[in-house]
Amino acid sequence: MDTFVAPALSYSLLSPILIVLGGAVLAVLVEAFVSRLIRPVAQLSITLGTLVLSLAQVFRIRHASSLTAAMGSVAIDGPAILLQGSILVIAILGVFLIADQEHFTGLAAAIPGSSEEREAVKSGEKVTEVYPLTLFAVAGMLLFPIANDLITLFVALEVLSLPLYLMAGLSRHRRLLSQEAALKYFLLGAFSSAFFLFGAAFLYGYSGSVSLAGIHDAIESSPGNIVLLLIGMSFLSVGLLFKVSAVPFHAWTPDVYQGAPTPVTAFMAAATKVAGFGAMLRIFYTAFENSYWDWRPLLTVIAIITMLFGAIVAIAQRDIKRMLAYSSIAHAGFLITGILALNKSGLDATIFYLFAYGIATIGAFGIVTLVRDSSGEVTDLNRWAGLGKRSPFIATVFATLLLAFAGIPLTSGFIGKFTIFSAAFESGNKAVVVVGVLSSAIAAYFYIRVIVLMFFSDPVEDGTSVVIPSFLTRVTVIASFAVTIFLGVFPTPLLNFISSTATFLR
Amino acid sequence: MNSANWLTSLGVLPLLGAVLISVLPKANDLLVKRVALATTLVVAGTAIAMATQFQRDNVNFQFVETHSWIPSLGINYAVGVDGIALVLILLSVLLAPIVVLAGWNEAVGGRWSVKTFYVLMLVLETMMIGVFASTDVFLFYVFFEAMLVPVYFLIGGYGTGARSAAAVKFLIYSLFGGLLMLASIIALYVLSGEQGGHTFDINALAHLHMSSMTQNVLFIGFFIAFAIKAPVWPFHTWLPDAAEAATPGTSVLLLGVLDKVGTFGMIRYCLTLFPHATKTFTPVILVLAVISIIYGAFLAIGQTDFKRLIAFTSISHFGFIMMGIFAMTSQGHSGATLYMFNHGFSTAALFLVAGWMSSRRGSSRIADFGGLQRVTPVMAWVFFFAGMSSLALPGLSSFVSEFLVLVGTYTRYPVAAVIGAFGIVLAALYILIPVQRALHGPVTEGNEHLLDLNLREKVAIAPVIAVILFLGFYPSPLLRVINPAAAHSIAQAGYSDPLPSIDKAGK
Repeated sequence: MDTFVAPALSYSLLSPILIVLGGAVLAVLVEAFVSRLIRPVAQLSITLGTLVLSLAQVFRIRHASSLTAAMGSVAIDGPAILLQGSILVIAILGVFLIADQEHFTGLAAAIPGSSEEREAVKSGEKVTEVYPLTLFAVAGMLLFPIANDLITLFVALEVLSLPLYLMAGLSRHRRLLSQEAALKYFLLGAFSSAFFLFGAAFLYGYSGSVSLAGIHDAIESSPGNIVLLLIGMSFLSVGLLFKVSAVPFHAWTPDVYQGAPTPVTAFMAAATKVAGFGAMLRIFYTAFENSYWDWRPLLTVIAIITMLFGAIVAIAQRDIKRMLAYSSIAHAGFLITGILALNKSGLDATIFYLFAYGIATIGAFGIVTLVRDSSGEVTDLNRWAGLGKRSPFIATVFATLLLAFAGIPLTSGFIGKFTIFSAAFESGNKAVVVVGVLSSAIAAYFYIRVIVLMFFSDPVEDGTSVVIPSFLTRVTVIASFAVTIFLGVFPTPLLNFISSTATFLR
Repeated sequence: MNSANWLTSLGVLPLLGAVLISVLPKANDLLVKRVALATTLVVAGTAIAMATQFQRDNVNFQFVETHSWIPSLGINYAVGVDGIALVLILLSVLLAPIVVLAGWNEAVGGRWSVKTFYVLMLVLETMMIGVFASTDVFLFYVFFEAMLVPVYFLIGGYGTGARSAAAVKFLIYSLFGGLLMLASIIALYVLSGEQGGHTFDINALAHLHMSSMTQNVLFIGFFIAFAIKAPVWPFHTWLPDAAEAATPGTSVLLLGVLDKVGTFGMIRYCLTLFPHATKTFTPVILVLAVISIIYGAFLAIGQTDFKRLIAFTSISHFGFIMMGIFAMTSQGHSGATLYMFNHGFSTAALFLVAGWMSSRRGSSRIADFGGLQRVTPVMAWVFFFAGMSSLALPGLSSFVSEFLVLVGTYTRYPVAAVIGAFGIVLAALYILIPVQRALHGPVTEGNEHLLDLNLREKVAIAPVIAVILFLGFYPSPLLRVINPAAAHSIAQAGYSDPLPSIDKAGK
């Protein structure tokens, strides 16, 4: 009885995560032992190398499917591969933006306005701790959507969240705002983690198991007290809905998006959404599948208020980052629609939407990093006036990405919206589709307003200009633009690939 | 040229022109304009050549072409035309060169270069052809929405006055309608999936089984989108603003062609896909149509600005077109389609002359003109002629279509036809009052030295006048194309013409 059984791990299936974790540890060592001068280059190469290697590994195991890769704690299946691939692609593009050190403070530990900080600025030091932090966050994100029991889910949630809290506080300009954002994110995130854990405990109490399959079986045979299940499900959902910034758990989003360094915002907005919704998909499609009469009404209400709230409040925003934050809230609502569908087309559509939205988001924030004046980024929308005249190319790309967010045909956003709404309609949830369409119309208004500002307003002479993008930023922006258009015109390869591989393993 | 790819070639030609223009040097405006004109002429020629191949008595889609586009969603690149679509494509491609030639200098002074203007214009031409040619509902929707983008930039970038506000209003209204239609399209997609495979093919969708409730709801989604586009009271408020702000050329395309997408959509999509709902809603729609006729005409009388006046006359005319469509008689339908074509030309004439007048005078307020008849006789006569065409003077093309619409409506809905006929009386007012104020009487201050039409402008307007006159006396070439298609669409919606009957009371 007391014999110890060594866990059997399938290293090749876990390798995408292990590679990233290994890279992260290596990056920490580099941070500690390598000379300051070559650190930026070394860190960037380690980070990119790790991510590319991991992506290659994901590609290599793309047809794998296994529930026993880590003693039943993780499920490697179609959705897992697709979501991990999306996260890695987004992370690589995100690191391209992070590589522009201009956005990060020289000494994160210094109190804003203190003499240490001034010295750090004067010495021109560059911090590189953001790279290992990014890698740890990516590792958590890779684990989150494949975790197959509640404990692993919680560990993944923390691994992805903690680095993000720190990264949000690294902004070079407007330090106080950035630190405030980090603190808010941390406190609210800690709350939501507690809710998640609490929910997990109740679910264990109900089913006697922490594995998603165990919960699924328990619901099917309905042994225990349904109240435990209901409390468990709702608290677990609170934790998840917080991460994907659904109303009413969205309050952190605008502040954190605004305060965090823009490259971090880009990475966070895109990749966290993929990871969070990936996990939600797995939990709701596998564990809670049979109790959908219990969670569907509430989640429908949340989807509806999230779509409407995000779209309506975004209209009032005067800051481009806050506007994009509210737009991301509205998109969270659209994505919940896909979870509500609870059918194969809903699963396919959500995965497609996540990828398309993530790529477009990275590009949009990438452009935000380029609009600057002498004191840093300019995020006040009024000062974006006339951008189309000053830099027509950047403005055109940004307008295209906004049109994709608005769901105009021939962009990836349209195909995403079409597939996700038709999946919801197919499941009989017509109210959500109607509200979704209406809030798309509302949302179109503020996207178009930005286009008006850029193209139809005369430039203000206040020193706002678009800096020449670095090579890597340029790659990100152009890749995001190209993918957005390509997926709008030829979505077939990706749609086919998703629909042929995306099946949850239970 | 292979007969199978007429429509694709027609759609690609303007795009090729746009690509060619975009690589031309920015400084050489003249070359850009010449290439744009040449492109639109080639397109018009190709379209006429295509029209000669059209088999008039065949009511199926012709020049059909189908390629798989997004097979996983059942979406095809499928094009084809019936008589109605063919006429509207002809209208679009014939107006395009006229607009380019007439508005030779209207791109100057815009926010962006002349080059961009013509690139947008040609892209728009492709989309206009595409929207009428698609036989796949998804493809139609893509063109329907995507064509908002060039129009938006044409209004906002090259218009006058409150151009960006007008452009935004136009876009928001259209997007809102488009999204409602999208909801209906999604429903069709799901229903088709439940009944044997996802498809967007219009012929296949016409055979879907739907409960009458479903039909009604989906019909409303489509109808509101088209009613905004057309525009019908009470969805019309964007049109006067857009028409006032846009350049005359853009306005011609906006009122002459783009708005026809609304009425065309009603025939092609509302009637074909939802025959039962059409029956249910016909009374309501006829009321809206009659209100549009009268309301548009009254407001036109009260306008002080030429461009707004023309916009309101169009609202009145679109009321006639809708009345003709929903009267559900073959005369009404033929009349409505012919009306769409004729309205395109008479609005083009009005708008182009109004544009020339206002660019010479620097104002489009009616009160700023007076006595033009003496100063610029040719321009004044052309305006007078355009006005007569707009009020449907017998002998001009609009008369034929208006008469057909009223006859067609009267046989089934006499009350609507009678009230609608008052629109003709009001038309005389809204045309003759500005004609009197601007053209006749003493030459008012500021108008003494206006220049008359130059050769380019005369060349541009001559074909418009010729078409209006020719079709006024001899409309059969078009009617022979339209009639079979109109009769077919009536039959498809489950109607037949009411038979003439002898009054039973006289027995």
